Amino acid sequence: MTADMFIRLTMLFEEYGRLLDEDRLEEWTDLFIEDCLYEIVSRENVRQNLPLSLMLCDSKDMLRDRISALREANIFNIHVDCHIIGPVHVTPADAGWDASSAYALYQSTQEGQTRLFSVGRYHARVVELDGVLRFARQRVIVDTGAILTLLATPI
Amino acid sequence: MTAMPEALRRYHFPAADGSRIPYGMYRDAEIYALEQERIFRGPVWNYLALECEIPAPGDFRTVAVGDTPVIVNRARDGSIHAMVNRCAHRGAIVQRQIYGNARGHICCYHQWSYDLTGRLVSVPFRRGVKGVGGLPADFDMGCHGLQTLRVSVLNGVIFGSFSEDTEPLETFLDVPFVAQLKRLFHKQPVVLGYQRQRIFGNWKLYTDNLRDPNHGGLLHMFQITFGIARLSGRGGATMDREHKHNMSWAAQGSRPEDEAPAESKEGYGDTGRGDMDIRLRDPSMLRYHKEYPDDLSLTIASIFPNCAFQQIGNTLAVRQFRTISADEFEIVSTYFGYADDDEVMRRHRLRKANLAGPAGLVSMEDGEAVELVHRAIVRDAQEHSVVEFGGRGAIADQENLVTDVPMRGFWIHYCKLMGIEAGGPLP
Repeated sequence: MTADMFIRLTMLFEEYGRLLDEDRLEEWTDLFIEDCLYEIVSRENVRQNLPLSLMLCDSKDMLRDRISALREANIFNIHVDCHIIGPVHVTPADAGWDASSAYALYQSTQEGQTRLFSVGRYHARVVELDGVLRFARQRVIVDTGAILTLLATPI
Repeated sequence: MTAMPEALRRYHFPAADGSRIPYGMYRDAEIYALEQERIFRGPVWNYLALECEIPAPGDFRTVAVGDTPVIVNRARDGSIHAMVNRCAHRGAIVQRQIYGNARGHICCYHQWSYDLTGRLVSVPFRRGVKGVGGLPADFDMGCHGLQTLRVSVLNGVIFGSFSEDTEPLETFLDVPFVAQLKRLFHKQPVVLGYQRQRIFGNWKLYTDNLRDPNHGGLLHMFQITFGIARLSGRGGATMDREHKHNMSWAAQGSRPEDEAPAESKEGYGDTGRGDMDIRLRDPSMLRYHKEYPDDLSLTIASIFPNCAFQQIGNTLAVRQFRTISADEFEIVSTYFGYADDDEVMRRHRLRKANLAGPAGLVSMEDGEAVELVHRAIVRDAQEHSVVEFGGRGAIADQENLVTDVPMRGFWIHYCKLMGIEAGGPLP
């Protein structure tokens, strides 16, 4: 693990949070490889070794469908997201890196009221494709398993 | 019933058919308190848990009935017991874990210890030290157990009741709902996991939502937009003889590609909804693998007052409603499959779970809808909701989805339990 690699992974996580916060969800899906896994799962289920997720996309196509459903069909609380992503912990893995970090996600209404919406931890597998870092897997383990109101936009 | 509580005098249901609901019923803290006594602790069966969650002696889960914390566990002899999770001594939560296995339940505050039937079995220093201190000599341990609930089980589904007056479970559920539970639990279930959702609105706005099939094809546009289902499809609402429960159902072809999405934009008018022109890149999770003898692909069976059994295609779950205040409730959903599912079916159920729950592609809107109503009805407590889809007057099963008649059934039964005369004179 070089300092350069650490900086590149940190920048990837920064881009991930920023694209979500700026509602650039289509661009956010491009941070994933085609054969990706994106999953939001509660700590309650993880602790009990139960497989159920809150959101599960096991390909980039499913991830794109999620976003197009939000754009075209779903109705949800009008809000702006603000992701605060902590320092990235990196360990080399097969054909890539395992990168994890804590996050806090605040949501604000149109009137400017803010609530802490979710805290938890990212567990990512990152790979390098054509010189670019991409998520092969992103497993979001939420401590805030009791979802406030509803969960529309990705964490 | 004793004299009418003051809170009930504040509201008037002008229509005996339940077609007008005063907003105040959703916002009033005193009404909420009365509901705990007359609805959740009244002559009803509340859903508690599934037997498969507590298979071994000593296994327990902590749940809630309304806002009362309850322990459900299996005793040494295999029998199921439910008791209020509150120490008979000073009222502390006794079992602090949400699940586990225990020989009994010991309160951490002063170590009062209860067995798996709720009986108080030991109190440290009960006799004091060297004859000094301790409890009075005539203190009767037999009178200080955990408050127990009556328990009744149907096909592995555990219900509890606080009331001695509650009729037998199968009478309470009535034929259609006994049949539905036997259908969903016709073989050994396995729990796939839990989902929780906190909604900042009154719990009855959610039970209303479950009895209003009309909103399905108007609010939840995922299925319409992607050409999967529509309000004009075959469906309806089935109730018990008292109309307090409701099963909204839909039947459709086993595969979405069998559907003809071009038809029936009709009815949506200029709402801008009902396009049906967009395609999913990966529609595989939408497929329904038929697994019951009938052709029902969607069934939401809402049992008065605290639960709903959900079949969205092959996604199966039971939702327990835990009230927190007049302004907040939690939905705790237990998703399950069957012990004989192969890996492909198990995977399919987990992927299809994307449709339901707090992040559900066809359900996330409910959280928003409940909160939109709850926020806007803060004033004008005597104003009313209008419930007239499917007609006024007598309540009967519905053979279409453009109806909210089952909502009226809920409210008429609710009024009966609360001691409200719907359509009666102004109090």
